[in-house]
Amino acid sequence: MDPVILSRLQFALATFFHFIYVPLTLGLAPFIAIMETRYVRTGDEMYKRQAQFWGRIFLINFALGVATGLTLEFQFGTNWAHYSQYVGDIFGSLLAIEATAAFFLESTFVAVWAFGWDRVPKKIHLLAIWLVAAASLLSALWILLANGFMQHPVGYAHGEGGRLVLDNFKEVVTNTYGWHMYFHTVFSSLLLAGFLVMGVSAWRLFRADNPGFFHASFKLGATFAFIFSLATIVAGHQLGQVTAKHQPAKLAAMESQWETKDGAPLNLLVIPAFGDDEENFYEGLPIPGLASFLATGDSQATVKGLKAFPAQDRPPVWPVFLSFRVMGALGFIFVGASFLAMLLRGLAPDLRWLLLGFVALIPLPYLAIQLGWLVTELGRQPWVVYNLMRTSLAGSAGVDWFQVAGSLAVMAVIYTVLTLAGLFFMGKCALSDPKTAPAGH
Amino acid sequence: MEAYLGDIWFFLWGLLWGIYFALGGYDFGLGLLLPVLGLGSEKERNTMHLAAAPFWDGNQVWLITAGGVTFAAFPLAYAVMFSSLYTALLLLLLMLIIRSVAAELRPQSLWSVWRKSWDCLGAGAAFLAALLLGVAFSNIFRGLPLDADHVFQGCAILGLTSNTLSLLHPYCLLGGLLFVVMFAVHGALYLSWRVGGDLSAKSLLTARVLWPVFLILFLLYVVLTFAWAGLWVNYAASPLLLILPLACALAFLAGGCQLYRAADKAKAAFICHGLGIITLTLTGVMGIYPNLLPSRLSPAGALTIANASSSPKTLAIMLGVAVVFVPLVILYQWWAHRRLSQRLSAEYE
Repeated sequence: MDPVILSRLQFALATFFHFIYVPLTLGLAPFIAIMETRYVRTGDEMYKRQAQFWGRIFLINFALGVATGLTLEFQFGTNWAHYSQYVGDIFGSLLAIEATAAFFLESTFVAVWAFGWDRVPKKIHLLAIWLVAAASLLSALWILLANGFMQHPVGYAHGEGGRLVLDNFKEVVTNTYGWHMYFHTVFSSLLLAGFLVMGVSAWRLFRADNPGFFHASFKLGATFAFIFSLATIVAGHQLGQVTAKHQPAKLAAMESQWETKDGAPLNLLVIPAFGDDEENFYEGLPIPGLASFLATGDSQATVKGLKAFPAQDRPPVWPVFLSFRVMGALGFIFVGASFLAMLLRGLAPDLRWLLLGFVALIPLPYLAIQLGWLVTELGRQPWVVYNLMRTSLAGSAGVDWFQVAGSLAVMAVIYTVLTLAGLFFMGKCALSDPKTAPAGH
Repeated sequence: MEAYLGDIWFFLWGLLWGIYFALGGYDFGLGLLLPVLGLGSEKERNTMHLAAAPFWDGNQVWLITAGGVTFAAFPLAYAVMFSSLYTALLLLLLMLIIRSVAAELRPQSLWSVWRKSWDCLGAGAAFLAALLLGVAFSNIFRGLPLDADHVFQGCAILGLTSNTLSLLHPYCLLGGLLFVVMFAVHGALYLSWRVGGDLSAKSLLTARVLWPVFLILFLLYVVLTFAWAGLWVNYAASPLLLILPLACALAFLAGGCQLYRAADKAKAAFICHGLGIITLTLTGVMGIYPNLLPSRLSPAGALTIANASSSPKTLAIMLGVAVVFVPLVILYQWWAHRRLSQRLSAEYE
């Protein structure tokens, strides 16, 4: 058995679980900060309880994010030694800067916020949650710039010993690919938090449980969901254009387009190729020129098909295509649902059965975000660093398959238990009485 | 300046690990002592838990930073160390995950039997993590079996080569044991400072009982590290470096004096002990200079500042970041510690 395949599975598992928690951390912190700002401004205790109620969910989620995040840093060294050695000069420094400049700030002030309700002045406490929100956004930026380097390596030179060395730091931190991923990721995280808040509030409103309290959170949740579902689509569209420019093979796999075409149509209905076929099984309902237009802004532009790339340089088509389609469809569902919520938000407590629809929507942003990462990471294959290093050559030479199999099995069990426990406790918080919600622990 | 960048990062690398051991160390110590000191009383265990709860995460970021700096400043050393010690490091990772989950999910658990299970699990994880860290660093001081191509040559047992088992040399186990006892004393001192009443007295007594054991292990370990593992060579070459082991001995001695002098000196003893841990780490790290991972098989197999470090450009940029942010981090963590570390009474629930 090839240890690299197992290492890929292990990394996928670790990032999948880690990224269950990260988006809610990113998205919920500003939400709590806004609620607490209202409290400090108006002195209305209801807003304080809002911050505390959503803060408890935030804290459990944050803790699980921390616990699962450590694994990622370890794995670059344990399972991807060749990769680490190859890109450490650039990739490693971005991770180190993330820890020093952002994560310290986040973890220190999370504690100040959670334990400081009675110990620091009101305004300092408010500052703490804004610092947490800012630090988590900053943290995401460094991580996505590191990932951006894998997608679209810039600012490097070939150094001695066949490794990459830093040539131009400014190019690395202004990497267009990284920044576009950043906006798409952050907006979708805020969207996710909006839908989670809306869903939980909708359930409590449905049960006519603290209606005043949950109507207020529903309204802010709906605003988040609406603004950021639009922003996510815009940022996603721009990311698509950057992908068309820098990773044409990924774009071709996303659309499952085999032939290079001028004025490429977008086929609404596609069944990709099976086996070794180099054409789609079925294509139907084409909208002329739309694929070219979306990719470049020009409906007559040339869009490369998969056949333009040697077979060993193509990403797997089926999973990339399918993930992209479902994610895209979900994106439009989010816009529609949050638009409806915005229209009806004044009447929310009286919506009755419609409220259950918003409860049902809670898992969908999670699904969409995971699918988005599948597109990004699988679409980059067979490269770990695009056009520079193949994933198959990135592993650790001295690590045997049974070591990875063992750690993979242990990780799968632990992470599953962890997530079930996390869901249980977060669910408990979501159903707890907001009047008695204690601060932090 | 450029010529010294590698050296500066080598020192910072040691310093970051030292700070992690001093801060994460009391957390491990508290975890270890949790079921022992709080055996009879759930309230006391809650208090012990609460004493570390606001800080453990901030402390753990020092580990993430130390690991990140190893990756960024010495990528080859990071790659060889983490992949050669695959099983040991993933075991450490697992223990750290259990520690953090035990710390965070424990207070959410309603039933006392659940909380007791979390405490025991957390204690076991703290023990194993402290042991693994001690064993790992002692192996580095001793020199890893790296051949000329930096490939780890594990020992053959029953036809299988195992890298993990080759780590378990008696000297390295002694190092592991030293870490466990050192962290236990450190945790007891911290607790004695942070809480009041019976629990404070109990933890002070624990520290007083453990301290002689710590002293014996410490002396034995330092002598072996210098004489047997050969770290004296660097100190003989540049005697000025002896400031480090001297400061370390002084710090631990001062800590010991405070510890036995009066009950209200726990805070001072804790701080001295923390400085002792940092200087002990630096003593070891400067003893292997310029190697990050010395090799006991072939000098060419060692990973050194010269063959493992990143480009001067990366080192310079990271140094800029570190010079600005690390003092800032120390400043706000110190502020947060002051703000959130009021004395806890044992009756706290």
